[in-house]
Amino acid sequence: MTTFTAPTIAWAELAPVLIVLGAGILGVGVEAFVPQRLRRTVQLVLALAATAGALVAVALLWHGVHKTGGSRLFDGAYILDGPALILQGIIVGLALLALLVIADRTSLGEDAFAPSGAAVPGSDYEQLARRKGLVLTEVYPLVLFATGGMMIFPAAGDLLLMFVALEVLSLPLYLLSGLARRRRLLSQEAAMKYFLLGAFASAFFLFGAALLYGFAGSIKLADIATATSSVLGMDSLLFAGLAMLLVGILFKVGAVPFHAWTPDVYQGAPTPITGFMAACTKAAAVGVLLRVVYVVLPGLRWELKPVLWTVAILTMLVGTVIAIVQTDIKRMLAYSAIAHAGFILTGVVAWNQRGISGTLFYLLAYGIASIGAFGVVSLVRETNDAGEVLGEATHLSQWAGLGKRSPLLAGAFTLFLLSLAGIPLTAGFTGKFAVFTAAVAGSATPLVIVGVIASAAAAFFYVRVIVLMFFTDAAGTAAERTTVVRSEGLTAAAISIAVAATILLGVLPSPVLTLVTQAAKFIP
Amino acid sequence: MNLSNYLVLASILFAIGTATVLLRRNAIIVFMGVELMLNSANLLLVTFARIHGDLQGQVMAFFVMVVAAAEVVVGLAIIVSIFRARRSASVDDVNLLKN
Repeated sequence: MTTFTAPTIAWAELAPVLIVLGAGILGVGVEAFVPQRLRRTVQLVLALAATAGALVAVALLWHGVHKTGGSRLFDGAYILDGPALILQGIIVGLALLALLVIADRTSLGEDAFAPSGAAVPGSDYEQLARRKGLVLTEVYPLVLFATGGMMIFPAAGDLLLMFVALEVLSLPLYLLSGLARRRRLLSQEAAMKYFLLGAFASAFFLFGAALLYGFAGSIKLADIATATSSVLGMDSLLFAGLAMLLVGILFKVGAVPFHAWTPDVYQGAPTPITGFMAACTKAAAVGVLLRVVYVVLPGLRWELKPVLWTVAILTMLVGTVIAIVQTDIKRMLAYSAIAHAGFILTGVVAWNQRGISGTLFYLLAYGIASIGAFGVVSLVRETNDAGEVLGEATHLSQWAGLGKRSPLLAGAFTLFLLSLAGIPLTAGFTGKFAVFTAAVAGSATPLVIVGVIASAAAAFFYVRVIVLMFFTDAAGTAAERTTVVRSEGLTAAAISIAVAATILLGVLPSPVLTLVTQAAKFIP
Repeated sequence: MNLSNYLVLASILFAIGTATVLLRRNAIIVFMGVELMLNSANLLLVTFARIHGDLQGQVMAFFVMVVAAAEVVVGLAIIVSIFRARRSASVDDVNLLKN
């Protein structure tokens, strides 16, 4: 007869995740019990309070983690070390910013989501739902669940928690991508592609995890790392397992050759969700990649170097080259996101401490610029002959002359594009500089050369949009019909915060750089 | 009974699942391929748990079952909504997003 010993739960260390997931569960309750009129307000306040509270919890934990180097909870299943805590802070902070864009409505009270996700596009029921002013407030709990999964993902210390976190972050995102208010067929299509390919990649991840378990006899990353040097004669299990595990992670990162879903999903999903996905999913997936590379793989770096180098180089080149020929602004930003995944990978494969800190900084800078840029895209709309505001003006030609009509918005977009291009005095430059110097220090100079060339080529398509906005005349073209929609101001707030952060991290990066440098130490 | 037979069986099931995903057109069948892949991973986990005499693999298999069920909920919702909008669940018809 065995006796049951209750596990000790470290509530304080889990607080950031528990707050976000708890608010998600509360949000489901709100859907059931709060009258429809109040639901949106309640959900919004709950979501903003939860993300802000989790950010505070992360800040409060920082001192302890900084002093002790972190702690292993649940016998090493959940590891709260410096990089994990910083990533949780980045993810929840970016989620807060993205929530502002997600919650925003036009002056007519239209948000970015379908009035009823279950209604068939173009049906009478959809018309009725629209007339009745139904609002899809389920979006907020879904975003919170996804954020919670993303926060657990980089802190996972064993393969089981990693798999569960991967699914907890993915499943809400599949649904969210299918809920756009306009162009619903495209949106549903994006959801289906994302779901089928995402589930396919998760299956690879899981099979890889099972093989690694077979190899090491344990699902803990630390034990697998030990086994890589001590277990002999089972190399095929180890390498097949690692390869499949990396397929699953690189899919979420959006690295070539596992990037095929990115442009379609980024284009089809509701634009605020695209911003959320671009920033937060990337941070979570890169975080877990960092942990796998730095905790499990140190003994195998020579075997895996060619693979990771090839992926990084291909990702930078393919993302940049295809982005140049895009005519849709969301698709262009999607390919630019792929190129950025490549730049981030150069920091990951640097295999030194500066690589970790550079990657963390890059994720923050890139995430802020992405949310800001997609926030701007969500405000620029086309109109019909009667002057009614329709969907987003996503074709590049529709952006001509925007700088003359809305200089502030176009100026903000310019700043985000310059930051994504990595022009000095923006956050993007500091990030790129950090990962490239780390890669040089880690003797990955060829990667840096490719990275610099790709950045130079990428500047072309960013600058093309800027030229289009400020130096092209809209008279007599379709762009005359483009307008900036009046909204309730939440997106404007998010864009202002993103502008301030982008400039601040570009001009005065040292406090944040010091912070991520202090944090850049994984514990096994 | 040699336990490595189960490993071979799991690999074959995984290969069948992968082939199903890559070759079939109906989204439901594609999805069934994914489920087959997840279950082959379960078989692998349970077999390795037996080989190592360790419970972690069995526990993980339970979690995978729960996750697979959640995935069915989300996946069928998406596929059914597409089917109702287009009267077709073929992944070849879903091509509006190609340039």
